[in-house]
This record gives sequence, C-alpha cells and structure tokens, in this order.
Amino acid sequence: MRYIPSAMGALSHIRICDFTGQLAGAGATRTLAAFGAQVIKIEDPVTEGRWDILRGMEPFIDDRRGGEFGGGFQNHNVEKLGITLNLRTERGRELLTEIVRISDVVAENFAAGVLAHLGFPYERLREIRDDVIYVSNCGFGHRGPYSSFKTWGPIVQACCGLTYTSGLPDLPPAGWGYSYMDHHGGNFMALAILTALVHRARTGEGQWVDMSCTDAGATMLGPVVLDYTVNGTVTRRPGYPYSSRSDSPAMAPHNIYPARGDDHWFAISCRHDDDWRALVEIFAGADDGQWARDERYTTLAGRLTHQDELDAQLATWCRARDKFAMQEQMLAAGVPAVAVQLPEERIDHDPGTAAWDLWPWVEHRAMGRVRVDGLPVHLSETDWRIERAAPLLGQDNDEVYGDILGLTTAEIGDLRAEGVI
Amino acid sequence: MAREQIGQHLSTAPLPPPDPTRPGPLEGLRVIELAGECAAFCGRLLADYGAEVILVEPPGGAPQRYHGPFVDGVADPERSLWFWHYHANKAGVVLDLDAADGRDRFRDLVASADIVLESEAPGRLAGLGLDDADLRPGHPGLIWCSVTPFGRDNPRAHEPATDLTVLAGGGPVWSCGYDDHAIPPVRGGGNQGFQTASVHAAIGVLVAVLHRELTGAGQLVDTSMHAAANVTTEFASYGWLVAEETVQRQTCRHASARPTQTTVATSADGRYQPTGVPPRSAKEFRILIDWIDDLGWRDEIPGVALLELAEERGGVSMADLAGNPLVAEIFGAGRDALGAIASRLTAYEFFHQGQQRGMALPVIYAPEEVMEDPHFRARGFAVTLDHEDLGRPVTYPGAPWAMDVSPWRLRRHAPRLGEDQGLLDPDLR
Repeated sequence: MRYIPSAMGALSHIRICDFTGQLAGAGATRTLAAFGAQVIKIEDPVTEGRWDILRGMEPFIDDRRGGEFGGGFQNHNVEKLGITLNLRTERGRELLTEIVRISDVVAENFAAGVLAHLGFPYERLREIRDDVIYVSNCGFGHRGPYSSFKTWGPIVQACCGLTYTSGLPDLPPAGWGYSYMDHHGGNFMALAILTALVHRARTGEGQWVDMSCTDAGATMLGPVVLDYTVNGTVTRRPGYPYSSRSDSPAMAPHNIYPARGDDHWFAISCRHDDDWRALVEIFAGADDGQWARDERYTTLAGRLTHQDELDAQLATWCRARDKFAMQEQMLAAGVPAVAVQLPEERIDHDPGTAAWDLWPWVEHRAMGRVRVDGLPVHLSETDWRIERAAPLLGQDNDEVYGDILGLTTAEIGDLRAEGVI
Repeated sequence: MAREQIGQHLSTAPLPPPDPTRPGPLEGLRVIELAGECAAFCGRLLADYGAEVILVEPPGGAPQRYHGPFVDGVADPERSLWFWHYHANKAGVVLDLDAADGRDRFRDLVASADIVLESEAPGRLAGLGLDDADLRPGHPGLIWCSVTPFGRDNPRAHEPATDLTVLAGGGPVWSCGYDDHAIPPVRGGGNQGFQTASVHAAIGVLVAVLHRELTGAGQLVDTSMHAAANVTTEFASYGWLVAEETVQRQTCRHASARPTQTTVATSADGRYQPTGVPPRSAKEFRILIDWIDDLGWRDEIPGVALLELAEERGGVSMADLAGNPLVAEIFGAGRDALGAIASRLTAYEFFHQGQQRGMALPVIYAPEEVMEDPHFRARGFAVTLDHEDLGRPVTYPGAPWAMDVSPWRLRRHAPRLGEDQGLLDPDLR
C-alpha cells in the first residue's frame, strides 16, 4: 500500500442514522464511512432489507443467490454497521427515537414522504434532537409539483438534460450507459451532509436539506444552459449533439476512432497547433498517413471546417493499428490520446489505478474476498479506509443495540423474538 | 404503503426563496483558486455555499476565457459563457507566478487563506517554490487541494490529458453509445470528467475542513481525475471486480453483460421516448387500463382485453415469461399499449400523465427545456443575476441541493480580468 489509511478518520466524531439504499443514497454514506463516520445502516427485517433491490441483484461472485450476495449492495455499503429495525412496531419507533437522539445526521433516499409516513418527518426528528441534520434525497425532492414522481438514475438523467446531450448527430440519444446521476446523487448528498456539518460546527444549527437529484444533475451542463439564457441558442437542433467532439473549448481532431481488433477504440484530443504538428509527424511517418500534411489542416479553423473529412482519414489510419501502441506513441509525443479501456484493462492492467490503491479488497462474511471501488481523493493526514465489507442483514445488531444503545443481551433477545429487529 | 397516505406528507408548493440574510455554510472560508478547467467546478461549489473564492489568473487572463460559447457569439475574454458559469461567485486577481513579485504576492495571499485549490501540471508549482510542500509548513492549518489527471504521485502523472482522454481511459466511454457496435462509443457531454473530479475534490476539501475544525490541522487533498472516472461507472467496474463480467454498450440504456430489451416510441412531437417497464402487478395493469380509458382510446389501442385478463389473474410473473405463451402475450400487450400511448401524446404529456398515475417514466429534455419545466420553476432553480456589463440580467442554473438554513446563493458574476486586484493590497486583506 502506498497510501496509509487513517486510524481514526476525520469524521470519527460523526454518527449517521442511515436509511439510504441503492447507489444514489448509499454512495453518500459510504464515502463518509470511509472517512471514519459511524454509519448505522437501518434495514427492515420484515422484507429482509429488499427495499434496496441491489441486495439480491447481480453481479454475483459465484452461483449463490439471495439477499447477501448482491455485488452492487456489497460495493455501496462497505464500512457501515448494519442493523434491522421494524418501524411498524411501537418498540421499533422508540428505538429509532433513541438512535436519532445520538445521531448527528439522518440520511435517507426513500420516495418523498415515506419517512414522514413512518412517523419521522423533519419536525419530529427535530423534536428528538434540535440540531439534527436531516438530508433527504429523491428524484424531484420533497417539495414541488413532481415530489410524488418516481425515478431512478436513467429517469433523473433524462429529465435534467444529461441524456440528451450525450450522443452523435442523426441518432437517438446515447445517454449514459449507467446511472451516472446515482453516483453524483450520492456524491452531492455527501456534499450536502458535509456542508451542513460545517455549518453546524460553526453555529450549532442543524437543518433539513431537501435534495432533488434531478436539480443536482441540472447543474452539470452550465455553459450550454447559459448559451440558451443569454443567446437564446437551443440545443434541440439538427446536428446536435456530437458530444465526442469538443466545441467548448474548440479542438480538432477530437473524437473516438476505431482501432485494430473487434470493438477496440482510440480517443484523440488535439488541443492546439503544437499537438497537431506532433500528430502530423506520427501520421505522415507512415505511408498511409500522407493526408495529414494537407495544408487545410494546419490551423484550428481549417481542422474545424474540414473535421468530417479529417475524422474519416483518422479513422482509417487508426483502424489499422493497435490502440495501446498508438497510445504509447502519441503520449510520448505529448499528445493526449489514449485507448478506450475495457473494465479489465483499467482495473487489472493500468499502473495509474494500481498505484492509487483504487481497488481495495474486503472480506465479506457471505461472499468471501472481493474487491470494491476505492475513492479518487487521498488525504495526507486523514485518508479514507475501506477494509470492512458491507454488513449482512442485521450483522451489527448486538453491537449497536448493546454497546451503543446500552441494551442487555436479554433485551436484545426479546427484540428478536418480538420481531422488532 | 398506500400512495395516497405518503402523498399527504408532500408539498407541491414552491420552495421559499433563500433568505438573503442567512450566511452560506462555508462563509468565512477563504479559497485561493489557480484558474484551470479541471477544478473550476469545485471552486464554484465552494463559492456557491458561501466560501470566499479568489481566482488567480495569469497576465492576459486564463486560457478558459477563450472557451465558448460566447455572449452573442463574439469571442472575447470578457464574454466567455464557460468562464461566466464556472467562475460565478468568485473574485478575480491577476498574478504573474513567473515573476518574483507575483510569487511574493501569491505567498501573501495563501497566508491569508484557508484552502488552496489548483490543477497545475504536477511539478510546475514545485519548480516555482509555490507548492504544498513549500507553503503548508509555514501555515499548518492550510488545506491544499490538487486536481490532476492521475494524482500527484503516480506513474502516469506526467501524461497529458483532456476530458475526453480521462473519460476514454477511465471507463465511462466504454459504457456509452449504441446497440450497433460499428458506431464508436461516445463521450457524454459537458466535460463530466473534470466535473466528476471536482465533485470528489470538494468532498475531500470539506472532510479536511471538518478535521481542521477539531484539530486546527490542514492537509493535502490529492485528487485523481482518472481514479474519479474509474469509480463512476456503476457496474462496469464492480461487474468486473465481482464477477469478471464485461458490460456492453446499448442505445440509451445501461451497458450490460447480457443484452436488455429496449422499449421506445416516437412521441407525437417527434421525440425519442422510452416507455419504461411494462406492467406486471394487477395494480399496474389497472393503472394502464384506466389511463387508456381516460384518454378514450380503448378502441384504438389493441390488447386492452389482455390487460384486463392480466388484472384478473393478479398480474404476471417475469419468471413465467419464457415458458408461458399467454404470459408473454400479456406482457407484450402491456408494452405495446404503452408504446401506443407514447406515440399519440407529446413526450411531456406522456411523462407527466404517466408519472401522475404512479408510473416511473422519463422525459428526455434538452438543457434549455429543463429551465422552463414546472418542477424547476417551482423550486426556484433558474436564478437571475444583474449584469451591469450586459445591461440586462442573466439567468443561471441554481442550487444542486437546497439548504433552508444556510442557503446556496448566487452573489456575483464571474470576475472581469483583474476586477478584484485590490484584494492584493495588504490593507484590504
């Protein structure tokens, strides 16, 4: 290990009462847990935690199936304590009251209104603990005309403009081939919790943060939005988008080209004329690259004007070559140009991710040894730590109800027998 | 839980506008940001929630002042909408770090700051004697945040990179594109490689701020754009980590190790309209039948009898789809009915009517359409700011998360070149 995980963690003084699930919520408390927060993940014993559909969903490590084998759930819930609690029972609600009383943060990404319906709207949370930070995160927030609407990542991305702006001309939107906004739903939710914690550290005030994931997504396309509000330019127009190209800033060539082999691809970004001159040496250094000396391509303006033709010539040139050989040659010449990497290539064969310690191993009690996503920031004094796998259902009931809430073994046994936990 | 019962806890009222007398959560923190494109979004997030961010540009201005689009399409360093967006809420000074005087003033500025945010090429600041290792020892509370393509100490640290190469090498591009694999995979729009790194950098900075609140100690926050892209690909990464599965890209839906069906229609207004997951439970079939009847289209849409049969049967199980021809027929009827409705309504009508009935359906908005949507209007998402330079107000996108007590706020437009040079005056610091 190059990086030394922090023994204590910057957030070791923070306790989070955690109702999050999937990635858009669980990703938030995962990050905070990795920085040392004590995250108490609460699941429903009646449904065996299946509100979070990822509990039993692929990918699976082997042939075993069930709520303890969902690879995504495992990835998104490392470093958390897991307890069960049945909020349909009076005793369950009493126990939640106890947990809220000792928690700095209550985090959830249920559909809007669900936690309130369970008896814990913000007003109630605040009665229990005046300075509580309550962060709710759902597709359209708890306030506004769409608060009852249902979303998951692809719907959020569609409604905020991110789907439309990813694609090629004269084709449907390509969109994002994954729930990009579930990642950022979690990341922005982590930021919401952190900013609220900073505010509380300075003023003693808690608050409710009503996060709408769609709003968060709509902050991520700023320049084109201003092009509309200032210039009246609409993106719903022929030829738009061509998102692999770059018009802000203007660069050409700037695209993804075929490389040798089946479904291998290569990305080239020519930032300026210096990059272009370096590329000309490489292209025209081969017999099939003499087109690169075309004087129309000498300037950015010329390359932009003739971009379709240039891209076609480049595609032919690249198609005959190995993507990693081109990467080595062009990077050596100082030009940003890389292979489009498959998961295996970037995870198992990339010195950049290996040196970052990006894929830590954890030992899961059911799945066994498995790697998970690390974090893309390293802190010199209080770095993250991912060593503990996601909890099995109710794995930490004894620790949380016993050591933290102070219940006796007999009392915990009764809770089990009565179906409270 | 009944939808109606949950609904009574919701408010459809507009959000109250932020109280201008309330400070943002980060008020009192001073950030020195060296202008660059990778960390700009991080600085903007910190500024939006109250931090005082001072943008440091080289003489002549940051290169990003020449990033389009431009006001009225006129390329000019004071008219870049890229710059306006990413540097709103920031003050701006000009410093020549290649000159001794400029370096001295930079050191003074850093001495007054809580956080330094930079995305310089690894080694450049060290060469000037202005790096974390030079300045933090004399200022132990300082948080130094660096955003670079691969991190500061990495075998690939010195490779050139752009948003495209970060996303291509880091994983996202592999998952984005079309069913037809003769078409190249796609980089999504909006420089999301830079923005993803910036979001993580902001998380790192705030974790460091909370640590400093307790201990007084600052630290280095080292951010890798490559790592950020790698851990923002959902199961493209953990499908490989867990099961050694390789996802394959599909048109406008999740890349998957096993192909998934597409359900899509062309709306009455000519839009590409995904039609969601067909009904399976009895309740979902009833919702669909009611929708068809309320539209008065029972005679136009074939298969309503099958939908009613499905409701009588208590719904259908996906497990029976392959083995039971009737189940397959019913499932297909639900899918076809949704497609028929979608093709007869505008995209917005389909989304809005379906969602009001409890169906998880999207509308694919262009960014400009987002700004006009009733949800965004009710939440006050579009925020206007006076632009005396333009002679009219400008509308910006608003808060990514709404804080009632310590609100997000748009306080000023991006600095004109050297607009806040007075901040370099020791008496004003």
